[in-house]
Amino acid sequence: MAHIRPLLANVGTTIPERPVTDTANLQPAVSLRDVVRHFGRFAALRGISADFAPGRLYVLLGENGAGKSTLLRIIAGLLAPSRGTVSVLGSPNIRAVATRFGYMGHAPLLYDEMSALENLQYFSALYGINDRARCEDAIRTVGLEPALERRVGQYSQGMRQRISLARAIVHLPELLFLDEPFSNVDLRSAKQMTSLMAKMRDQGTTILVVTHQAALLEPVADECLVLDAGRLVAREKGIPARLLTPYLAEERAALRTSTPRAAAEAQP
Amino acid sequence: MTSAPSLWAITRRSLIKDLRLEWRSKDAINSMLFFALLVVVIFSFGFDPTAEESRRIAGGLLWVAILFATVVALNQTWTRELRNQVLDAYRLSPAPPMALFLSKTVGNFIFVSILEVLMVPLFVVFYNLRSVGPLWQLLVVALLATWALVVNGTFFAALSIRTRSREIMLPLILFPISIPALLAMVDATTSILTGDSSPIFWIRLLAVYDLVFTTLGLILFEPVLNAE
Repeated sequence: MAHIRPLLANVGTTIPERPVTDTANLQPAVSLRDVVRHFGRFAALRGISADFAPGRLYVLLGENGAGKSTLLRIIAGLLAPSRGTVSVLGSPNIRAVATRFGYMGHAPLLYDEMSALENLQYFSALYGINDRARCEDAIRTVGLEPALERRVGQYSQGMRQRISLARAIVHLPELLFLDEPFSNVDLRSAKQMTSLMAKMRDQGTTILVVTHQAALLEPVADECLVLDAGRLVAREKGIPARLLTPYLAEERAALRTSTPRAAAEAQP
Repeated sequence: MTSAPSLWAITRRSLIKDLRLEWRSKDAINSMLFFALLVVVIFSFGFDPTAEESRRIAGGLLWVAILFATVVALNQTWTRELRNQVLDAYRLSPAPPMALFLSKTVGNFIFVSILEVLMVPLFVVFYNLRSVGPLWQLLVVALLATWALVVNGTFFAALSIRTRSREIMLPLILFPISIPALLAMVDATTSILTGDSSPIFWIRLLAVYDLVFTTLGLILFEPVLNAE
């Protein structure tokens, strides 16, 4: 597999063209069959079935509590489904393919008392990689400086997110799961992250992203899946415009009538 | 493409990481030292034993102080893994779960050993201790007893890590299981200090205890690590 350094080329704020790839005949990178997950009596997922083709970028959308993060944690093997089957890279045993996927969670999954480079060196060692240069490349790839000696606990939230992404990609995974990668990240850095995702997808990596900031991924997303109350309610090519702004439109409408003065001004 | 890393390589890496984190934060060592020091000083004010009485009670006092202090340290080492959900990063990796257990146990062994090195001279001064039996046997007892405390403690601390009141849960689970080891370490230490009887039986008991619980810990740690 190519080294991370080639990913650096052309990573910037300009988002590349979406490639046209025929993946119809390839084995799915992830396959879900009737996946159900309960937390006590609460059903977080209610029978999700879906296939994710390799080399594509998927966006999982839905309101808070729709089950997106739970689904991602189940696919990554951090949670077991209450019912149903999950197959990752052709294997029902997710641990057997652990070297081949990366995961970036809600929390940064980093030690606050260590620097970015120390964190990456430790976590890459867990994958059998003892290569300082590769860790430094991964940090540069997400737009940070590996020579930074500050401990991660002193980083801003956005910087932690980017180091967390570096941790997820340092072992060059074929499959990447990203849970809210843009939270607390400024627009320029978010665009860089999007560009990096597009590059990785172009090089064959399958990417599943959970986000509320769908607009950032609209230019590069191959497909989007919409979850609602634990059910998969829609699956579309790209991200249709109607899915980019529904919450914004509702918020505007609510704000317009939230005070008597605003309601009066909203009258035609 | 990456390959699955070896048990020893990951154990070594994780141990170095834990020592580095402790060196920087000093969470475990500080709280252990403070607690053990408190016990020694307060007990020394509470009793006024003769040299003979000191030899009889010192074993119990020393190991009870170390046991309580160890519990404080054990909670700290796993709490660190919960911050930022770092434990999930380990669970996602192909690294063997056994390596995490071994590194944590060895790390805790080092921390508790440092505590003992600092505490024993204080005990000697506060309780005017002079050993009648051979001192090298005390060293053997200390090594076996410390391992007995940390191997169980590390395992049960991992077990209680996700419970809401883990500070209470750990001693609740750990103390009953540790009673045979505690009896052995106290009696062996008292035997050596007083020179009344041979500590060999208690040393053997500690060795068997260590062997059994190290094996069980290694076998059972993976389901504990992956428990939701």
